[in-house]
Amino acid sequence: MTSPLTSESAIAPPTPVHANASRAAWRRRARKLAPYAFIAPFFVLFGVFGLFPLLFSIWLSLHQWDAASGLAAMHWVGLENYWYAITDPWFSKSLLNTLWFAVASGVPQHLVALPLAFLIHMTLKRSRNFVVGAYFVPYVTSSVAIALIFTTLFSKDFGVINAMLPGTPIDWLGDKFWARITIAFVVFWRYLGWNVVLYLSALQVISGDLYEAATLDGASRWQQFRYVALPLLKPMMFFAITLTLIGNLQLFEEPFILIPPDSGVATSVMTTATFMYRMAFSDGDFGTASAVSWLLFFIIAALTWGNARLFGKEGASDVAR
Amino acid sequence: MPRGALRTAGAALSPSPVVRRTAGFSRLRRPRRSPFCRVCGSFQNTMSSLLRAFLLAAAALCATGASRATTTITLATFPDLDRAARAALPRWHAAHPDVDVKIVSLQYADHHDRMTTDLATGSGLPDVMAIDFKFIGKFTGSGGFEDLYRPPYDAAGLRSVFPAYTLAQASNAKGELSALPADIGPGTLLYRADLLAKAGLTEADLTKDWPTFIAAGVKLKAATGACLLASSNDVVDIVLRSNLPPGEGIYFDRAGKVLVDDARFVRAFELGRAAHLAGIDAGTTMWTNEWVAGFRSGRIAGQMMGSWLAGHLKNWLAPDTAGKWRSAPLPGGVYASYGGSFYAIPRRAQHKAEAWAFIQFLTTDRQTQLDALRQFGNFPSLLSAQQDPMVAEPIAFLGGQAAGVLWRDTAARVPAIPVDKYDAMATDAVRAEYQNVIADGKDIHAALADAKTLIEHRARR
Repeated sequence: MTSPLTSESAIAPPTPVHANASRAAWRRRARKLAPYAFIAPFFVLFGVFGLFPLLFSIWLSLHQWDAASGLAAMHWVGLENYWYAITDPWFSKSLLNTLWFAVASGVPQHLVALPLAFLIHMTLKRSRNFVVGAYFVPYVTSSVAIALIFTTLFSKDFGVINAMLPGTPIDWLGDKFWARITIAFVVFWRYLGWNVVLYLSALQVISGDLYEAATLDGASRWQQFRYVALPLLKPMMFFAITLTLIGNLQLFEEPFILIPPDSGVATSVMTTATFMYRMAFSDGDFGTASAVSWLLFFIIAALTWGNARLFGKEGASDVAR
Repeated sequence: MPRGALRTAGAALSPSPVVRRTAGFSRLRRPRRSPFCRVCGSFQNTMSSLLRAFLLAAAALCATGASRATTTITLATFPDLDRAARAALPRWHAAHPDVDVKIVSLQYADHHDRMTTDLATGSGLPDVMAIDFKFIGKFTGSGGFEDLYRPPYDAAGLRSVFPAYTLAQASNAKGELSALPADIGPGTLLYRADLLAKAGLTEADLTKDWPTFIAAGVKLKAATGACLLASSNDVVDIVLRSNLPPGEGIYFDRAGKVLVDDARFVRAFELGRAAHLAGIDAGTTMWTNEWVAGFRSGRIAGQMMGSWLAGHLKNWLAPDTAGKWRSAPLPGGVYASYGGSFYAIPRRAQHKAEAWAFIQFLTTDRQTQLDALRQFGNFPSLLSAQQDPMVAEPIAFLGGQAAGVLWRDTAARVPAIPVDKYDAMATDAVRAEYQNVIADGKDIHAALADAKTLIEHRARR
């Protein structure tokens, strides 16, 4: 370390004092700037892929723009896109579909995940990680694989499910009613493991003393779940339900991959996110698509706020206690 | 993602994505002669000619390197169309050693989404853009492409070399020609001749008119259990294309008025519903597992589609049914086209002159067009290529039928239906309402009125 320095100072002509000073100043400045340079990658990426699209979509939602015509073709229409989206017959239809999916797939997720997590927590010891992992696999499985498996399972003429059921084969993916049920089921199946993991992690921090005390008082397993675990899970339930709410209202993948967009039932399973995609990439109306995305954001924000009002205060106060 | 890609395919009268046209005609080419040439039989001779060729090539390389810089143009395309372009490259390079072509190929849906965003931002645009029929209306309507009728392009002189309807498809409302057709898909009815014979039916029973078609379907189902249609949607799509007044679009008239509740639509819905009620449709959506399995098992005995479907059936849909299929004209004397591909030059392309030369090479060069037919079954858009004897060769998969003649004939008679940028949206709206009619028993007039309201709302701009 020292030798290069000494050799340098030996060879180099004596440095003027002011140069030394400026070098020191530069070094000080570099030292000050270094943290910003280190944190820059995040901010650059966030700016390019997060913030800019966000702001641009607000700007876009106030314009009429056929994307294929280029940026120059944007022209200002103010809030007209919002009105146009609200009055579109398919928008309200998609909203109803989305709400239906949110309820039909969201409620069972929690009704099953809660007792299931409790059961895993209380009964499984060594195999717990394996079982939880198995429930979690759908969450991390590629949607293309899911589409392949489920379209095969639910095939009307050649599917395993219809082969097991007696009577006339059900057109799981081609009939309005059944297509919705099938999609709700796939969403349920996919996110159940996620919720189990959430609830399990919350159960693990509940002190074992409480259960012991309840046992001494003669509480059954069900009573322990109902009167000990459930009240203490409230903060996590608030968190998990909020995530489900947001996720389900943005539902896109499952209907999109399971039902061909040109099949007749596609509109019966069209969620608001799918509608937005169609608006942009099929109709080429990016302005209205952006407006739809912001309308969806406001709806999600309102519902989350409502959820927080209903559930959150209680949950939060439980934590405080 | 084969399946996802398949999905996006096949809105009626638009070709399939991933899997588009493959060999209807494909034949193995003869192996090329070995360098140890049999005719002259002399090894030494071969060596010296090889050496000469090498020296020539080296000299040519030096010459090009010294005298002119190579231009590289980019072609953005999708499978299987990319294969035809790739196969044509050696001949292109021989004629244009100074213009290199870089082929960027994405899956069908990804390609068109990417092109939409590239056009939107005006950056990263290719010099030559491949566009599938399903997107041609939307893309040409955007005005983001060079007008090939204007100088320095001279497409006005090409009016008579392509079927008239293809240029109508590639033109926008302002009368600009945005693209040239690379291949076309003459509409045909492919049916299982063996099953028909079993039911005592002939081709004439299918093609005469729609009531006979439906009656034949009922008879076929009773005798063999097979369905004449995959979906009754197919009937609606074809009837919508019959008896169009010249200059009128399928959903919009010349002035942009929505036509969705006129008699043509009522008739289409009625015939579709009649076919559905008669039980002659298998109720499957195109490009799904059921559809494919239906062909393999013989449950689906007929499909109205572009002629390129014969190639798909042969190559992967149902290779085991070889020899059992035949190609017939569409029922009721309708001439329609299913799909087709186009090449366009974006307004912001870098090398327009070279791009134009390359597009002409792909679309108006007889040899290129015939190579694409022979190797991949892409039916030529170039009229002179359609006259080649190769088109009239018997096709083994169709039991030796010379179906190319029928398809050429169909292509010549397809009317020039103007394409609207809202056609795809209108198709979705009409199809959704048709589903309501057959699934929920919705009144046809009410369904069409709802579809019209929606389309008018969407197309207001």
